[in-house]
Amino acid sequence: MRGDGSDLRVLIIVPAWNEQDSIAATVTEIRTCLTTADLLVVDDGSTDRTFERATEAGATVCSLPYNLGVGGAMRTGYRHALREGYDVAVQIDADGQHDPRFLPLLLEQLGHADVVIGARFADRDDPYKVRGPRRWAMILLAAVLSRVAKARLTDVTSGFRVSNRRAISVFAAHYPAEYLGDTVESLVIACRAGCTVTQVPVTMRPRAAGTASQSPWRATLYLFRAVVALLLALVRDWPAQFDDGVTKADAHGRASLPVDPETPTDAPSKEVRR
Amino acid sequence: MSASAVLGIVGSAIILLSLFEMMRRHRLREKYALIWAVVAIFVMFVAAFPLVLQAVAQALGIQVPANLLFFGASILIMVLTLQHSSELGRLEERTRTLAEEIALLRLAIERPGGLARSSSTTQKPEETPPGEDE
Repeated sequence: MRGDGSDLRVLIIVPAWNEQDSIAATVTEIRTCLTTADLLVVDDGSTDRTFERATEAGATVCSLPYNLGVGGAMRTGYRHALREGYDVAVQIDADGQHDPRFLPLLLEQLGHADVVIGARFADRDDPYKVRGPRRWAMILLAAVLSRVAKARLTDVTSGFRVSNRRAISVFAAHYPAEYLGDTVESLVIACRAGCTVTQVPVTMRPRAAGTASQSPWRATLYLFRAVVALLLALVRDWPAQFDDGVTKADAHGRASLPVDPETPTDAPSKEVRR
Repeated sequence: MSASAVLGIVGSAIILLSLFEMMRRHRLREKYALIWAVVAIFVMFVAAFPLVLQAVAQALGIQVPANLLFFGASILIMVLTLQHSSELGRLEERTRTLAEEIALLRLAIERPGGLARSSSTTQKPEETPPGEDE
């Protein structure tokens, strides 16, 4: 599973919550850039027309019955990837921030690591600027996570990442739903499970629709919550006590965690598989 | 028998009775009823033998025995609430897992070539009112 990535089965997971204005464009762009990859939009309990727009744009859409947050949407995606036997799972945000043209670069690095992050701030001339408490939070998170992962990471809150089978089997079982859990804590979990993490510098675009919160008060709150989430992630027992959330078929892949989930089907499998 | 003793005994008797009644009607599970039953019996005991409380308070160096009671009660309520929060977290995690599994099952069923009877199943699943299955 090395090399240019052409022989890999790739699943692109796009978590989408009320993204009707940007989802179609994102889906279309991904489909034009990567013709061989499968695309799964996880509609995270949207109340708008996200489901229809994504379906019309040609994506396979998986609808959660109610909003679970990015963590829930992503774990759904990773479970799908695990059960359908994909080699690579890609996470791309629905808001158009992530440019799928960087994907081949990320996939290339999968030969050297289990998780590859498309990261901002890696180059000095990155046009994406963040200031104030939000920036401090990002620097702190990046510094600590770099130590945990033993690799230089500059943007751990990036939702643009690529995982191989090993990481997929970890994320299918453990993908936190809590705030910042979907990015920061999931990386800590991956590291603890023995996955290697690396990054590839990317430039992100401004959001296609909607606005990111930028008020100073919000930013300070973000810093505070980031610190709490980080500390918790670092001291937490793993696997979590709350993880009832693993079905027998998945536990099979999990029980032998750091190994190859190459043959996760030796159990008498009742699940739908094709 | 003092007024406070009567109050304590009657109060805990009412709690015990309602525990029994709730369990009889399947409104309360045994694992939650047990701790409340223990609390009610303890309150009854303290009400019946107030000297025990006084002795313990004196041994701990607490001037007013009632303060010991208040302290114990607040700690107990805090612990129980904490336990409920943790239980709630587990339930949330379970419903989350169910939601994810439902989404995946729905995907498997409604996908072309899936288990659905016809191929025209591309309409939004939410359009089926809740409780109405195929």
